Amino acid sequence: MKKLPLIIAAGLVATASAASARDYIEVVGSSTVYPFTTVVAETFGNKTKFKTPKIESTGTGGGAKLFCAGAGIDTPDITNASRRMKKSEFDTCQKNGVKDIIEVQVGFDGIAFANSKKAPQMTLTRKDIYLALAKTVPGKNPGELVLNPYTTWKDVNPSLPATKIEVLGPPPTSGTRDAFAELALEGGCKTFDFIADFKKSDSALYKATCHEVREDGAFIEAGENDNLIVQKLEANPNALGVFGFSFLDQNSDKVQGSIIDGASLTFDTIADGSYPVSRPLYFYVKSAHIGKVPGIKEFLAEFVSEDSFGDDGYLVEKGLIPLSEEKRAGFREDATKMTSLSM
Amino acid sequence: MNKSTQIVEAGLKKRYAREKRFRMFGLISILISLAFLVVLLTDIISKGYPAFQQTYIKVDVTIDSKTLGLTADSTEDELYTASYSRIIRDSLRAKFPEVTDRKQRRALTNLVSKSAAYDIRDKVIANPSILDTTASYWFLAKDDVDVFMKGNIDRDLPEDDRRVKDYQLGWIDQLVAENRLEKRFNTVLFTEADSREPEQAGIRGALMGSLFTMLITMFLAVPIGVASATYLEEFAPQNNKWVDMIEININNLAAVPSIVFGLLGLAVYINFFGVPRSTPLIGGLVLALMTLPTIIIASRAAIKAVPPSMREAALGLGASKVQTVFQHVLPTAMPGILTGTIIGMAQALGETAPLLMIGMIAFVSDVPQGILDPSTVMPVQIYLWSDSPERAFTERTSAAIMVLLAFLITMNLIAIMLRKRFEQRW
Repeated sequence: MKKLPLIIAAGLVATASAASARDYIEVVGSSTVYPFTTVVAETFGNKTKFKTPKIESTGTGGGAKLFCAGAGIDTPDITNASRRMKKSEFDTCQKNGVKDIIEVQVGFDGIAFANSKKAPQMTLTRKDIYLALAKTVPGKNPGELVLNPYTTWKDVNPSLPATKIEVLGPPPTSGTRDAFAELALEGGCKTFDFIADFKKSDSALYKATCHEVREDGAFIEAGENDNLIVQKLEANPNALGVFGFSFLDQNSDKVQGSIIDGASLTFDTIADGSYPVSRPLYFYVKSAHIGKVPGIKEFLAEFVSEDSFGDDGYLVEKGLIPLSEEKRAGFREDATKMTSLSM
Repeated sequence: MNKSTQIVEAGLKKRYAREKRFRMFGLISILISLAFLVVLLTDIISKGYPAFQQTYIKVDVTIDSKTLGLTADSTEDELYTASYSRIIRDSLRAKFPEVTDRKQRRALTNLVSKSAAYDIRDKVIANPSILDTTASYWFLAKDDVDVFMKGNIDRDLPEDDRRVKDYQLGWIDQLVAENRLEKRFNTVLFTEADSREPEQAGIRGALMGSLFTMLITMFLAVPIGVASATYLEEFAPQNNKWVDMIEININNLAAVPSIVFGLLGLAVYINFFGVPRSTPLIGGLVLALMTLPTIIIASRAAIKAVPPSMREAALGLGASKVQTVFQHVLPTAMPGILTGTIIGMAQALGETAPLLMIGMIAFVSDVPQGILDPSTVMPVQIYLWSDSPERAFTERTSAAIMVLLAFLITMNLIAIMLRKRFEQRW
């Protein structure tokens, strides 16, 4: 019996050496970019004779951590991100020997504030969203912050209906939540001058005021599953849901996006930037693995081809909002020339 | 009548009532559980059964070698890389020549699944003589067409609220009238691995992944588990504080949340031993850790339940301790051990949390061929599909749940059969 652990250990070491030659591309990172990367991977696998890449959805931060862990072949080749790589992440990469990273922007994703089609469409501003959903909001006296007292949309803005504030949204681990906090809440919160001043004087307080979501039940964390939010919205016409544009696109017969700052949520308003709550999507490639893992160069070429992320590409069908033509050409050049990112 | 009989008589009614009440409560709780089960199953089956059918579409395709840029003596590589999607596009345009609007032309191409181009490619490679011929082929229909054909898109809704527009409805109606749309049994669901296109997605990849993972788990957890249980129950010194400590730890491990085993697997197997991520090997290793306590506890209970008289008789007839254990105690305890093992394995089969840490929650569109290929498992596939935006994945999610349930029921049936077979009565 004593030999059994030894045998297992020996077996593990043997498999470890077998794994050092990997013949498929490994991708990690954001769950928002995941639906797009998977489509490219599948097309790539069908079109070429390379193996289909394996794609894990680990979240943007988790992906960067794995990606920057080292340059060895046992680390991922590509990481997806629903925001630009942070300076701190880049530094970790450099420190761990991941020197050359190619940055590619894929396109944009819009964040929908949607409700059931059974209810009238909402017309909101980012300020309304901030006042309705932030943990602390400005009080009656100038410069004062109080716990969010509002219970109905009418309390927030007299032009809105007198329905209870009830918003289903993603949990803090989600990239959608980060973008929601950064773009919608912060966008609304900046409109108050005294809070905007915090940014210089006390950035921690600024972040807490602008990014923290109320915890008294008005904002309901509905899990990472956006399909579930759509189902719940259908059952409860008074509720509003926060999720990615592709889910709105697929369920346009059940839910409708609210008008935000005068822009309705459509493909075109996100593409031209007039819809305020949209974010760029990226992926990052480890140059050191090109040539070691077969197919990375070809996979990259497939991703930046007009067939995939172009105006009429197959990613657009999946709900991606494409970049402008010049930007696409720029990233295509970076990808083919393997220009390294510097920060 | 004497006094004590009177007392009994007086209490009798109450006692009967109490028994009746208790039986009723038992019946009610069973009925409630049954009702929940029925609701759950009806929901899953009613949502999932359409997934066992798939719409196919018949298109007349001319495999024009000029469009493909091929000649009679093109190499296989050239045949492989040619753009067959153009052929499909041209065939559809030829079928509906009246469509000229750019947006509508794009929508036209989307009647047929992207796999059509690869189907034609494989046919051409298998038999290059079909170049420059025209024939009718059946292709998978795109998910929107499929969802519509199954009646899940209401055509009475205003056009803006519908994913299938009026002009697409016109094409579909025309195709139906010409018998070019047909619903067939969905074999793709069982022959393909995951795909982002619902019509091409299948569960074979996840099924094979689960199978490999379970094999690894079984070959590790069962021998180690049964051996530990036997040693602890039959050979370990009694009242030894080390043995006691091990016992307490095993019982504790059985209650540890499964994600902890995932973290352990990540730290020890992946980071220390360098086992490749996302493979059935690492999945099986982690799930074996998780299942071990369950198997040890169940096996110990089964061994303990073997009557001491059997051991004494064997020893009395001159068998050694090892002979007694292997020839008499273990065979008698086998039904209990098997039940425990299968319960543990069924638990492992449905587990996703520890797999998150070791990279098995991933998109893998190749069917794994061995324990070192990247793969997912059934419950992960269900989770991934339930999280996909495309409407057609909803029914596939339920269908995958049905397959997983069938898998579990089979495992339990095997457990019952084995138990019946080995069971001894005395």
